[in-house]
Amino acid sequence: MTQARSLIDEGGKRTDGRTANELRDINIKVGVVKNADGSALIEFGKNKIVVGVYGPREVHPKHMAQTDRCILRCRYHMTPFSTDTRKNPAPSRREVEISKVIRESLEPALMLEDYPRATIDVYIEVLQADGGSRCAGITAASVALADAGINMRDIVSACAAGKVDEKIVLDINDTEDKEGGADMPVAFMPNLKQITLLQLDGRLDKDQFNACLKEAISGCERVYEIQRASLMQKYFGNEPELKNGN
Amino acid sequence: MKDQISNGKRLDGRIFNESRPLSIETNVIPKANGSAWVKLGNTEVVAGVKVETGEPFEGLENKGALIVSAEVLPTASPFVEPGPPDEETIELARVVDRGIRESEMLALDKLALIPGKIVYTVFVDCSIINTDGNLFDATSYAVVLALLTSKFPVYEIKDEKVVDTGKVQDPPINTVPVSITFARIGDSLMLDPTTEEEVCMDARITLTTNSEGEYTAVQKGSNGYLTIEQVLQAADIAMTKGQELRQRVISIGKKEKA
Repeated sequence: MTQARSLIDEGGKRTDGRTANELRDINIKVGVVKNADGSALIEFGKNKIVVGVYGPREVHPKHMAQTDRCILRCRYHMTPFSTDTRKNPAPSRREVEISKVIRESLEPALMLEDYPRATIDVYIEVLQADGGSRCAGITAASVALADAGINMRDIVSACAAGKVDEKIVLDINDTEDKEGGADMPVAFMPNLKQITLLQLDGRLDKDQFNACLKEAISGCERVYEIQRASLMQKYFGNEPELKNGN
Repeated sequence: MKDQISNGKRLDGRIFNESRPLSIETNVIPKANGSAWVKLGNTEVVAGVKVETGEPFEGLENKGALIVSAEVLPTASPFVEPGPPDEETIELARVVDRGIRESEMLALDKLALIPGKIVYTVFVDCSIINTDGNLFDATSYAVVLALLTSKFPVYEIKDEKVVDTGKVQDPPINTVPVSITFARIGDSLMLDPTTEEEVCMDARITLTTNSEGEYTAVQKGSNGYLTIEQVLQAADIAMTKGQELRQRVISIGKKEKA
């Protein structure tokens, strides 16, 4: 990706006024879908994504069931009105791939062996897309899974880093994704320190690669605090002693 | 298998950083503008290039269009059935496409005829004939060699219409991307995994590097995790192994032209 115009001004500010290592505003609301076993709504910059989790429940079709463990199914889907030009509602190849990598990024965190013969279905619906929607989707999905009371080893937090004007920046937005030099989405389990999603498109030399990975992981760790706070808010409300207690 | 691995060996006797024998034949399909038949161990892939003209992609009005696709043929294994591509095949095609596209291997800006209206459209279609693991790398090598050894038709514009001059030209190549894939089994990273190894792997990582020593595409796959150290180790090996393989790919490309 060769860059046509400068995306960082003289003051070091990016197209949306952020500094290099600043996240967009993130807001997570837990339990927004009443019928779902677990759910979350995330606003991540202009991204607006709702996630509903159903399960553990019986598998249909039955032949998909595994005798020793639970299966995990994920659907990442964009609404037709989520993008600048209307998106065809039929699932695109991009959505199929993203659904797969999201499933693979969540699986290491889930104790699927605790629910043999069952399924957990995760539906990620992008209401408005703004670059970084897979990371926002993963972040919201793991909060929704926790809200559903699924046994988990850790929360999965996701954040991208990338290269803009030869600088490594945190949390790439839509413009930077389309016009910038590289985009690296990462999902990370902050307590286990394990990477569960890693993709890259764009060009990075060795030092930039290492710096970019480090930056993305530090972003994940900040996202984790917001995920944790949103779950605390739902289950413990504003009781300060409980919030600080663990 | 775990026993073997703890002894530093793999089921087929390879060490961890060893890839299987790679054999490459180019121009196997004379009707295509370029082609390559790649065997990586028992994994076999044929790639063919077809060049046509058409409308540019939205947002890329002044560039030629590149489309990479992949199909796992029903011949490839007893577990493949004909029908629409499953998510694994879609991921394969998209990861291979990303490696070629993001490295800017083809100088697409040199492939516009009437900017905004008519451009070269380059299709690279891959057929996987036999599967024995690591389809990502085998398919990527087939695409790169088919493109490197291809001859594009020379189109001209006369009275706003496309005319095929009957002449051919070398494609505009910027760089040679090389994809390297590892499987993590337990705490070990294994280069170029076979099907047997992929069945027991915990996680997979594919890294593509270009001639300038940059990483241009990465994809982690499968339902396990990788530690930070494992990612950095894989990145290191992908750079050195990629460089070795690139020399070989370039020399095959040159021999073909001579």
